[in-house]
Parts: sequence; C-alpha cells; structure tokens
Amino acid sequence: MIEILNLQKSYGKNLILKDISLSLERGRIISILGPNGSGKTTLIKSILGLVVPQIGDIRFDGESILGKWEYRKKIAYLPQIARFPENLKIKELLNLIKDIREQNADDNYLIQFFGLEKEMNKALRNLSGGTRQKVNMLIAFMFDSPVIILDEPTVGLDPVAITRLKELLEREKDKDKLILFTTHIMSLVEEISDEIIFLLEGEIYFKGSVEELNQLNGSGNLEKAITNLMEKRNV
Amino acid sequence: MRRYLFILVVILYSALLKAEVLKVRLNSSLSSLHIAIKKSHAGDTIWVEAGSYKEPPLLIEHPLTIIGIDYPVIENTKREEIFTIESDSVNIIGLQLQNVDVNYVNDFAAIKVNKQEGCKFENNHILNSFFGIMLKNSSTCIIRNNYIKRNPTEEEDEMSTGNAIHLWYCRDMLIEKNETRNHRDGIYLEFVDRSIVRENLVVDNIRYGLHFMFSDHDQYIANTFRSNGAGVAVMFSKYIIMKNNHFEYNWGSSSYGLLLKDITDSEIIRNYFNTNTTGIYMEGSNRIKIFENIFNQNGWALKIYGSSNENQFSRNNFLNNSFELSVFGRSTTNKYDGNYWSLYTGYDLDKNGIGDVPYRPVKLFSRIIGKIPSSSILMRSLLIDIINFAEKVSPVLTPDYLMDHQPSKKPFVYD
Amino acid sequence: MFKIFKYSFFDLIRSTWSLVYLLFFLVITSAILYMSGDLTKAIISMMNVILMLIPLVSTVFGAIYLYNSREFAELLLAQPIKRKSFFLGQYLGLSISLTVSFLIGVGLPFIFWGVIGSKYLSNFLVLMGVGLLLGFIFSLLSYWVALRFENRIKGFGFALFIWLFMSVIYDGIFLLILIWFESYPTENLAIILTLFNPIDLGRVLIMLFLDTSALMGYTGAVFYKFFGALNGILISSMTLFLWIIIPVFFLVRYANKKDF
Repeated sequence: MIEILNLQKSYGKNLILKDISLSLERGRIISILGPNGSGKTTLIKSILGLVVPQIGDIRFDGESILGKWEYRKKIAYLPQIARFPENLKIKELLNLIKDIREQNADDNYLIQFFGLEKEMNKALRNLSGGTRQKVNMLIAFMFDSPVIILDEPTVGLDPVAITRLKELLEREKDKDKLILFTTHIMSLVEEISDEIIFLLEGEIYFKGSVEELNQLNGSGNLEKAITNLMEKRNV
Repeated sequence: MRRYLFILVVILYSALLKAEVLKVRLNSSLSSLHIAIKKSHAGDTIWVEAGSYKEPPLLIEHPLTIIGIDYPVIENTKREEIFTIESDSVNIIGLQLQNVDVNYVNDFAAIKVNKQEGCKFENNHILNSFFGIMLKNSSTCIIRNNYIKRNPTEEEDEMSTGNAIHLWYCRDMLIEKNETRNHRDGIYLEFVDRSIVRENLVVDNIRYGLHFMFSDHDQYIANTFRSNGAGVAVMFSKYIIMKNNHFEYNWGSSSYGLLLKDITDSEIIRNYFNTNTTGIYMEGSNRIKIFENIFNQNGWALKIYGSSNENQFSRNNFLNNSFELSVFGRSTTNKYDGNYWSLYTGYDLDKNGIGDVPYRPVKLFSRIIGKIPSSSILMRSLLIDIINFAEKVSPVLTPDYLMDHQPSKKPFVYD
Repeated sequence: MFKIFKYSFFDLIRSTWSLVYLLFFLVITSAILYMSGDLTKAIISMMNVILMLIPLVSTVFGAIYLYNSREFAELLLAQPIKRKSFFLGQYLGLSISLTVSFLIGVGLPFIFWGVIGSKYLSNFLVLMGVGLLLGFIFSLLSYWVALRFENRIKGFGFALFIWLFMSVIYDGIFLLILIWFESYPTENLAIILTLFNPIDLGRVLIMLFLDTSALMGYTGAVFYKFFGALNGILISSMTLFLWIIIPVFFLVRYANKKDF
C-alpha cells in the first residue's frame, strides 16, 4: 500500500534519513521504534507530506505523493502534541476537520466512546490535557481511513484512555487497515504490533515481528532485546 | 440715520456756499450723470436716484459731491473707466460702480484720481471692476466703507486682475472699514507715507491681501487679512506700526501670514496669526519689535532669513504650530526671550511663572528641511520625532543664541 | 481556502487579543477626538498612531499567533488540503480579523463624531485605507518571520526588528541618502525611496490629502504633483498592492518547500 524508495532527508548538514526503503501493507499494525533523533518522526512526516524529502520517492497505492495532497484523504493522523485553536469549541473543531476532509465521519459513536458529550460546546482553551488528547484521538479515528498514523499516541494518556486506544486500534486493524505508530512504550508494542521497524541513525536496523526480534537476540523480553540491539551496534 | 444727517449737513453747507443741488433720475429731464456733471459748478452736489445708468467716461474737473440714493448702478458704456477725477475735494458716496473690463494697456478703475487732495470715497459698491479705487500723487483722501469685489472666474491670474484699492505716491490717506475680495491685491500701496489703514476686511484676493512698498510712517490697525493667495507682503519700508490685525488661513506652498522684506524700525504688536503656512516670514528686516502676538496653528510661526538683525520677540504666544521657528543664516542679534511656547515642557521650581530651563524653539528637523528641502517628505515620521527628541535632550546642533532664556510657563493674557 | 479562513477568523476574532486591540483603538480614537475636538487634527494624530501601531501589532501579534498555532497547522496540513489553500486562508483570517478590530475601533468614534457628512470624509477614508493595507502587508511579513525561524525568541526578535527597520531605520538611511546627495535635486529620489516603504508611502499619502504639502514649500508642490495626480495615486496604490502580492507569491513558494 505504501512504498518508500531510497528516501533521504537532511536538515542542513544533519542527515536524518539515509536511504530508507520500505514496503508497508494493509491489515497490519506496525510500530516504528528507535532512540531519539533516529528519524522516526521524520519518516512518518514524510509519508504525511509534512516533510519534503530531498532524494527518493514515496508511493501510495502505486502513485508518488510528492507535491500531491488528495492521497491524504486515505490517511488519518494522530499528532504527538494536541494543541488546538484556543477559541474554538470542540464542535466547531470537528466541523472544520469534517469540512476539510469532506468524508463521512463516525463522530457520534466516538464522542460517546470517549465520554465527550458534555464537552462539545466548551472552548478548547478550557479543556484539560487529557480531554484534549481524547479530542485528538477523536479527530484521528472518526474517519474510515485505510491508513492510520500515530505519533507517540500514549503520551499524556491515563491508563483508561490507553485501554480505549488499544481497543480502537484492534477494531481498526480488523477492518484491514494499515496502522503505523511510533512509541517508546515496549509493552504496547509487544501487545499489539505485528511488525517492528527499528530505526537507528536514519537507517533501518531491524524489520520483522516481535518474535523474530526476540529470537534474534535470544531473550524473552522485548525491552532487553532492544537494549541488546542498541548495545551491539555500539560495540 | 447718520447718512441722512450727513446729507443734510452737506445740503446746508452747499446752501451756505450758494452751491446748487442737482438731481439725476431716470426718465426725467436730467437722466444722465454725465450731463449733470457738465452742468454743475464747483462745490455743487449731485444726487443720483436709484436706477441703472450707462454713462460715457465721467471726468470731474471741479470740486463736486455725488451722492447715490439706494445705490444707483453706474456703468461705462464701453465697460471702461467710470470716474476720472482731476480736481481737489471730490466726494463720491453711495454708488454702485460696476463692470470695468480687464485692459492690458490702460489700468482702468472704477474711480481714478490723479494729483489731487481732499477727496472722499465712501459707502460705494464696486463690483466686477478691473481696478477698484486708484489714486496717484494725491493726499489727504478718505476711502471708507466701500465694498469692492470681483466675480471670480476660472482662469484668472495676476495679469488679468487689478487691485481693489491702489495708491501710488500718496500721503496722509485714511483707508478704513473697506471690504475687498477676489482682486489681485486687496490693498496696494507704493510710496505712500503717513497713512492709516484700519478695520478693513480683505479676503480671497489672488495675490496679496495687503501689499506695500517704499511706504514709511504708516499704521495698519485692526484689519483682517484672510485666505489671500500669498497673504500679506510688505517691503522696503520703515517706521511701520502693525497692530491688532488678523492674518488668517493663508495656506499654500508660497503663502504667508505676513512677509516682511527690508522693513526696519517698526512695531508688530498684538496681531493674531492663525493657520498660515508661515506666520511671519522675515528677510533683511531690522529693529522690529514683535510683541504680544498670537501665533496659532501655523505651519511655521516664524521663518527668519539672513541679514535680519536686532529684532525682538517678546510676550508672544506660540500655540500649536508645526514648527515654531526656523532661522536661516547667522543672525545672532535677534532676541527671543520671554515668550510662551506651547511645545515647551520645562519646569518651574521657583514658581515665578518662568521656566527654569531655556527653550530652544528651533527644531532640528526644521533645520534639516531648510538645508535639504526634499527631506520634508519625512515629516511626521517616527524618525523625525526621535531626532527632535534627541536634540531636545542633548542639544548639540542648535546654536545657543536661538534660545528663549525666560520662557513663560503660561500663555500670556492680553487685556 | 475559505474553510481555513473561516476557522482562523472566528478563532482570532473571539480571542482576548482582538478585543484588547479593538478596545485600545476605541479608547485612543475617542480620546483623541475628544481632546482635539477637530476632525483634521484628530486624523493627523490618528495617522501617527496607525502608522506606528498597525505594523507593530500586525507583525508581532501575527508572529505570536502563528507560533501558537504551529501544532494545529501541522494537524491540518496532514489533512487532504493544499498547502497554498491553508496558508492563504490562515493569512486572510489573521489579517482580516486584525483589520476588523481596527476598522471598528477607529471607524465607530469617527462616525459618531460625524465624519460621514463632513468634508473630511475623503481624508478619513484615505486614513482607513492606509491602515487597512498596512495591516495586510505587515501580517504577511509576520508569516515570513514565523516560517523562517523555528525558534520563537529569534522570530519574535526579528518581527520587532522588521518593524523597527520599516518605521525608523529605513527613514534614517533615507535621510542619510538625501544628505549625501545634498547638492543635487533629490525630489524624485525621495519619491522613489518613499514608494519602497509602505509606512512612508502611507504617511505621505495621508499627509498630502490633508493638505500638509503646503508646509513643504516648493518640494511639497513637486510631491503633490506626483502623489496627488491620478498617475501618482495609481502608482502608490499599485506599490502597496505589490507589497502584498509579491510576498504572497514568495510565501506560497516557500510554504510548499517547507518541512513541518
């Protein structure tokens, strides 16, 4: 569904992505792991068209996305930080996004799901951080998009919300979607992801399932496996 | 009432002299002023009744009084000069004189006097005339209470209009309470000495409201000069007194409230300069006392050019002028002490009504404009405010002699 | 584009800042009208306020707003929308909301004071037109700042610098150039230099309409002949519009290449 071909991106002299090639298919939950500065966010932002790569190409359903915008109708995005225009109400915000996407939205179900019914007419500046994260998720999940991209989705979420998020992800996966997320929480990776892409200094250091990674390192613990992976590299 | 009393006196007076009274009236045996003048003898009085009279040139060669009743309209058949006076003691009172056309060869006037004494022109309406009242080489005449106005046209210039009141080589004249509008100069005096010009209203003239040259020992009192093309210009004269006049709304790139050029030993006192591009423009003028005048909302209150020396400015009120003073050249002998400047912000610790810090009325920017005129495009910009402020805080460029050492903290009140 | 405009306009117009800006104009305009008691004088005083404040507020407030809406911009840009539409819509939202505050804040007191029926109406309209265009121009410059500098402190400083440059430093250089060429006729040079700075151009236009050109003597007459004639007015308006169109062109070009 998404093909990345020899992607390179640098900011000034700082080479962030070095020649990345990847193929991502439907019906899978893929986690992108790696230490800070390894290029995780840059990679997903390239797919979203927020970052313009210098070399290489990204194809969505076989077509290059560079300079295009229509393909994003098929992508839902959950950004890491949820900051919204302060003076809009939740309702107005949802209407804005619906207006832009011109797609059918399943917002009523999700509003109940997150328990936001009473907050709909509140201005966004008056909401707590947790509520804002819920609104953030609501925006990402209310459209039936074949691809869902999440950047550190668990940051700032309470345990209940994390459980809800997992439920949502499982539900969407069953609809034969491609779900792509970055995170630092290994338990979440272990629990839900089918595939791990481990980035280190702008290169794909490992790509495979959780089991494969564990086998490779001979350890039963993902966290340890990752640590091993990084230490080996350093040796 | 006073007019009738006056007429009565004239009648009694002429009766005493056994002078005759002639009555001119339309559709009567004497229906022409021209014939009446021919019939009259010295000292006679001619009464002209209301009506419209087309007359050939009216030449008066003996003392005569002509009095209009309800403003009879007198016009020259060729629209040329109406009265030409070549005798002493001629009085023309209460007529409406009109339509003297522009002539580039002869300076035709409604009333012209040459080399005579003791004439009096009073209460006349002079409308649409090339020149209004013109006197040459004459003395002891009175020009009073006349209304002199042209119909303004689209394409008029200095050449196609004449002066309303024009005096040349005269002395001991009294010009008062006249109103002149839309002429070239409202009042023009050249070589006119020992004369008084007072309480005239001079408005909307194309060039100068008042224009005099080479005229000494004259007094200008309580006149109003408003919205004249270039304001008032006085030149090459001495011993002049200008008092209680209003100079107003003379606005334009070469317009002045009062332009003084080579005026010496004179007094300018208690005049009101309101909304002129330049209140007083002074060049080559010496020993002038400028006291107790009000300068309100002028572009420049004072512009002083080179070779103006020993002039004194004192007890004047400078209120809300864009620039208070500009000085070009180095005249170090003019004194600016003891005025009120509304832009002055100094303090008065000893409470004696005089600011403790000397005031510098010359703004740096006005000096820059003087040197580089095109910098005026930066007027009212923030940069200029900052420059002026900096110069005020630490004056390095404005010389010390351009200072008011005793600036008043309050505006002066003149009784 | 219109959707984005709608949201950013309604977001901004309801912000405390807009209200403060509006109230400030209401208070200062009423105070100036009350104290001068004379429409011409009030227009001159408002000219100084407008020429200083609108560029300052538009650049600095514009930059603050753009930095604050940075994350949301990212979310919206990840939606199916052209970057051009997004930025133009947001720009219109920003500049129009600022302009609305200005038009109401200054306009209402003047209308209340009877400017509509007076002979100063055209002067007043020039004043408002200049304020309006300056708002559009300088909120556009704030985009340049906010997109160019990731660091807010730097961006904020640069916005202030732009303002300072356009309102003071430029004129300083202007004056130095005129002094440098003192012995030549510099009227035309002065006109050209004025055209290159929207604040100067706005100021000169207002001044000439207010008949202050008389204060400038002969040079004033030259300026008036240029700016007062139809050609001059056309050129001035064109220049002010170019001050919008050219930066918009570069903004769109830059925004298309920019990483978020």
